[in-house]
Amino acid sequence: MRKTGIHFFASRSRADSCRMEAPQGPRVGLYVTCLVDLFRPAIGWAAVKLLEDAGCTVEVPRQTCCGQPAYNSGDRALAKELARPVIEAFAPYDYVVVPSGSCAGMLAKHYPALLADDPDFATEARAFAAKVYELSDFLVTVLNVASIDAEFPRRVTYHDACSGLRELGIAAQPRKLLGSVRGLDLVEMQDSTRCCGFGGTFAVKYGEVSSAIVEEKAEAAEASGAPVLLAGDLGCLMNIAGRLARRGSAIEVRHFAEVLAGMTDMPAICAGKK
Amino acid sequence: MSAPQSHLHFAEKAHRALADAHLQKALHVSRNGFIGKRAKAVARLQEFEALRDAARDIKAHTLAHLDLYLEAYEAKVLASGGTVHYACTAEGANAIVLDICRRHGAKSVAKGKSMIGEEMGVNAALEAAGITPVETDLGEYIIQLRHEMPSHIIAPAVHLTRDQIAADFYRVHKGLPEARDLSDPAALLAEARKILREKFLAADIGITGANFLVAETGTSIIVTNEGNGDLSQSLPKVHIVLASIEKLVPTLEDAGTLLRVLARSGTGQDMTVYTTLSTGPRRPDDPEGPQEYHVVLLDNGRTKMLGSDFAEMLRCIRCGACLNHCPVYQSVGGHAYGSVYPGPMGSVLTPGLFGLAHSADLPNASTLCGACESVCPVRIPLPKLLRQWRERAFAHYLGPQSQRLGLAFWGFFARHPQIYGPASRIAMRTLALSGRHGRFRSLPFAKGWTGQRDFPAPEGETFQAQFAARKKP
Repeated sequence: MRKTGIHFFASRSRADSCRMEAPQGPRVGLYVTCLVDLFRPAIGWAAVKLLEDAGCTVEVPRQTCCGQPAYNSGDRALAKELARPVIEAFAPYDYVVVPSGSCAGMLAKHYPALLADDPDFATEARAFAAKVYELSDFLVTVLNVASIDAEFPRRVTYHDACSGLRELGIAAQPRKLLGSVRGLDLVEMQDSTRCCGFGGTFAVKYGEVSSAIVEEKAEAAEASGAPVLLAGDLGCLMNIAGRLARRGSAIEVRHFAEVLAGMTDMPAICAGKK
Repeated sequence: MSAPQSHLHFAEKAHRALADAHLQKALHVSRNGFIGKRAKAVARLQEFEALRDAARDIKAHTLAHLDLYLEAYEAKVLASGGTVHYACTAEGANAIVLDICRRHGAKSVAKGKSMIGEEMGVNAALEAAGITPVETDLGEYIIQLRHEMPSHIIAPAVHLTRDQIAADFYRVHKGLPEARDLSDPAALLAEARKILREKFLAADIGITGANFLVAETGTSIIVTNEGNGDLSQSLPKVHIVLASIEKLVPTLEDAGTLLRVLARSGTGQDMTVYTTLSTGPRRPDDPEGPQEYHVVLLDNGRTKMLGSDFAEMLRCIRCGACLNHCPVYQSVGGHAYGSVYPGPMGSVLTPGLFGLAHSADLPNASTLCGACESVCPVRIPLPKLLRQWRERAFAHYLGPQSQRLGLAFWGFFARHPQIYGPASRIAMRTLALSGRHGRFRSLPFAKGWTGQRDFPAPEGETFQAQFAARKKP
């Protein structure tokens, strides 16, 4: 594993070694997301490393799913049932950090709307939503992280996953952090903000349409010339990696946190063990 | 409900659309044009985002006081010598149109482009009564020749290639020599213009739509790029305007604000080539114009929408930007939606106008990526409204039973973390063992996924189990 660390702006500078003796950093509850929990725990560990390197105390309260599949399938009652325990479980933390723009959007934007008419949870949902951040947004906006001490001497391209981009404004934050990685060369692909066609259950309900959409993403990634594609949402990454693998493409697909945390030794998504 | 509706589901129609090489070619060409031109037009106008806010506010205000503006509008139309007819349903609106046609002994009707006409199915009603409707908009004319629905609200024939259109003209236009070269758009246009001019002059009645109705003056406004609307309404003796009630705006100045966002959002033009205002019939000293001026105001479910959670949809000014920017629409085109209103706006409007039972799959035919909302000139929260229809469909058991069962099965585990934890560990370890190459080429319960994509194999142990192990001393 490569040596990595985090640099703050001068005003917020704090020595890494002080962290253990005096845990003054914020107490962060990591909402790891069900897909990361089940399919790619490495992204969770990358998030833990980045947050701890930045001086945070990280805990992972018990969690299942944010309820997005139910919410987007029209089962509002089930979505509410899944939202309430998330709010309760993360009540003790200063911040809730999520390595996914889509799930962070659900927690930050949709929970308050979902629970607006719930007398026991309306206020809690709003307070909870105010402390939810997508990972790169938290590092850049809240912790003022200016650069990451990591090395990845490769050309990469970045896909702007829809919910993070349009619900939370995640675009500059991951690019800023990636731009500080030594040797990393970020090239933009055509239409990086165009949907990859995942759409949660849409990918299975309308598999053919979803596949046609992701085909264009795969073509754009290949045309960019970058051997690595990064994004901040595992659902989209699984979709893009799945299509690239079926096409026989050699492009490596990873969550950007893996690169920032220097955890690129493990196989990319859809790639077998070396 | 009288608009043509297909009985196939979205998935089946999408399957056919994806296999249609002509359609795929046409969609690709048009997409790049629409998106690129809008982006340039928006970049040229610094206050575009502020104009979107203003446009939204004008429509929201009008809808909140629609009863008052309708009364004011009607009074102005009457004062200018015109007549306003109210129709609750498409059938009622068609009956009004036919009645006017019969009174004038009309044999043929020249039609400017009207989506309300499409919604009413007015062409079929006219034909059934022995009256020939002639579409004068080039795109509408082409799909009329082909007996098709429009596939786009501002570009009805955008699903066709030039070769297909040329073939239709050779087939239908008598006296068109086979040697005539129709390979470039100008030649196609010239050929259509020649035929259409004859029909304009022969028409007894002109029917147009309306982009806006102005309460202040009783004026109807249409925008076109071909000028066909002007001829349709000024040459015949009678002009009938087909419009729905939410087309009202308070003043001419408000209409001006909306016009500034309409063309930029739709075609990427600063203004369409023609913007035509008509107020009442010909006055004694007017050199030309119709002798009668009728406005048919259609409700067709809109009053009901106005008082519902879907009222925001009535702000729509039919620019087509949400279609142009939708990855699903871009992939399958408009006919896959089976409604005269396709794409994101159509998937919200169609259940409201024609009933959710006939269209429950449309609100699901979206990735909820939000591209539509990000370009909507009146800031309609389309993903939110699509989700609301999904909630209605779920509450009324309208979706496939298998998806419902799948959701309930998953929901049981997600609601019980004490079972979810161990169960997910076992499931992921098992999956990881059989997916040692990092991926699956097929999975029994995810055929929709694995048809054209591999499915990534899990690492093995869940993150929560790994993290708990780290914490132990």
